[in-house]
Amino acid sequence: MDALVYVPRDASAISLGADTVAGAIAAAAARCGRPVKIVRNGSRGMYSHEPMVEAVTPSGRVAYGPVSTADVGALFEADFLNGGAHRLRLGVAENIPWLKSQTRLTFSRVGVIDPASPDDYIAHEGHRGLDRALTMAPDEIVAELTKSELRGRGGAGFPAGIKWKTALDARADQKYIVCNADEGDSGTFSDRMIMEGDPFALIEGMTIAALAVGATRGYIYLRSEYPHARRTLATALAAAHAKGWLGAKISGSRNAFDIELRIGAGAYICGEETAMLESIEGKRGMVRYKPPIPAVEGLFGKPTIVNNVITLATVPVIFDRGAESYAATGTGKSRGTLPFQIAGNAKRPGLVEAPLGITIREIVDGYGGGTASDRPIRAVQVGGPLGAYFPASMLDTLLDYESMAAHGGILGHGGIVVFDDTVNMAQMARYAMEFCAIESCGKCTPCRIGSVRGTEVIDDIIARRRSTENLSLLRDLCDTMKLGSLCQLGGLVPLPVLSGLKYFPDDFGLTAADVEFIGPDLAINTAGAAKSDAIAG
Amino acid sequence: MGAGQSANGSAGWDPAEIAAIAVRLKNQPGALMPVLHAVQERLGYIPADAVSIIAHTLNLSRAEVHGVISFYHDFRTEPPGRTIIRVCRAESCQAMGATALAEHIRRRLGLDFGATSLGGEFTLGAVYCLGNCACSPAIMVGDDIYGRVTPNRFDEIIVQLGKK
Repeated sequence: MDALVYVPRDASAISLGADTVAGAIAAAAARCGRPVKIVRNGSRGMYSHEPMVEAVTPSGRVAYGPVSTADVGALFEADFLNGGAHRLRLGVAENIPWLKSQTRLTFSRVGVIDPASPDDYIAHEGHRGLDRALTMAPDEIVAELTKSELRGRGGAGFPAGIKWKTALDARADQKYIVCNADEGDSGTFSDRMIMEGDPFALIEGMTIAALAVGATRGYIYLRSEYPHARRTLATALAAAHAKGWLGAKISGSRNAFDIELRIGAGAYICGEETAMLESIEGKRGMVRYKPPIPAVEGLFGKPTIVNNVITLATVPVIFDRGAESYAATGTGKSRGTLPFQIAGNAKRPGLVEAPLGITIREIVDGYGGGTASDRPIRAVQVGGPLGAYFPASMLDTLLDYESMAAHGGILGHGGIVVFDDTVNMAQMARYAMEFCAIESCGKCTPCRIGSVRGTEVIDDIIARRRSTENLSLLRDLCDTMKLGSLCQLGGLVPLPVLSGLKYFPDDFGLTAADVEFIGPDLAINTAGAAKSDAIAG
Repeated sequence: MGAGQSANGSAGWDPAEIAAIAVRLKNQPGALMPVLHAVQERLGYIPADAVSIIAHTLNLSRAEVHGVISFYHDFRTEPPGRTIIRVCRAESCQAMGATALAEHIRRRLGLDFGATSLGGEFTLGAVYCLGNCACSPAIMVGDDIYGRVTPNRFDEIIVQLGKK
């Protein structure tokens, strides 16, 4: 029988050489006349050890990593196909503490199965959620999702059940399910890992959503920067059709549902749901006014559920194991797990799925192992480019929706970027404004002009030009952008700026007293502002 | 209007081919983005003279088509170099030295971001996140992604590219 070896096809693993390693294993196997079947799985997310190769043995899948092409010869000599001893041997993959200690619900199959194989999906508890949903009435499906207390994992944290209920109650001849796969936040890659590692879970989740609200068409709006995810999704969609999981009679039922893959074109703002709908309609990705909300009047004017990849890919496990089981993990109003992503200057970066309510420290120190540069952590940015920067003294803050809000931050899409003590936070604050200026859709003035002025004003502060007046200007500008922007791009960009100012005033040539107008929750104390204006005037 | 077809022959593309792409895709809802992607995939860019062909086929105004092309960072209106190099400049990569790497790449290629080398060899672009944040800093060369890129590793990648 052929020896069986797993080598990830995940884009990040490939970026570290997984394709050439797979090639080298095939070549070495041919040379020594040993038949080897190579399965290209997703990544388990332990990127400190990618490319991580796993050999199937009677005692389990034995992992080796990080493997380079230069190691392949020695691995064969060490009989790695039977789990032989080698300095890269990590033991049975499931028992590696970094992985074993996680709570993998959404990511239970990622890195385990062949993402292109519907049979492997079935063999690993796939399709069971949909099988159950097919026995339920639409309002029962919505009630089950509501009971799970799942909140939108794209960043907004809106209760998914309420969104589905709104779309269910809307009367229309056509409804849509749109999957937001425009994962643009720096420091995030969990959507990509699902699409490359377990695409059938996303398809199943979208199909359950379609059954719930009576939608017959779905779109996956994928960012163009993810060509590997695109290929895996295209393969999975074709396989799902061939299996009858999509089409005129999904899984033998009387319901029709089809999914089309649409590719973005490098616009961050298209991750905002209404800009995304405009883009699918073939227009500039300009944010729409709300109301009407998409669940009432969305794509092509029809009721539309727009959910993030992780939200939709979590739906199958909720229906398979039951809403109560999912809601049993988590904390407060933040139920379930979140796939956290450790990025930037981390020693052990990667994907950690854990119950909501874990501390930042457990993620960045416990799993992340501190910085890759072995210098002290100075700051972490939680929740993408619009998330707040927290100093090392705040690492015990809990990662859940309410705790983050109480500390002026956002959980966003669960990305955490680690910076060591060489970071200049004035430059990061400036970058936040610059990024907003580059990516603003231009529809509303606070975001379009505010971001450009914000960059200029921070430049002036950095150059110590009229710091007091410019700080006052920046304070007013942040207030205007926060309160006056049409969407959260302009509305949240004050967070990285104000948190940078509040916790790292030295980097701006300022003192803690200068930035007292920023409250502990990063809200601007306008009473204080009036006072300081009076003094300045 | 006749789509300025007389001028197109010299630019090395066939107006009939653009029209065929637009006709093939025009019946799907919101066809413009797929059409623009298909044209750019075929030609490497979207020539100014293709706008009226696309507009005519999709029953849109030229202003609408131009507006969409100019909105999205990915769509190009000039031919790119033979190899497109995209360097991530977002936070995670910045935390791992992307600013210095970007400077090295600019000097190595003698190109600014957004520019194409005179001989048509490279186009250098900035990108804001490749989703490779666990392996920062990241770049993309064509469709190939690279992680934990140092200035030395970049030079090796360029040398390997020359050998292909």
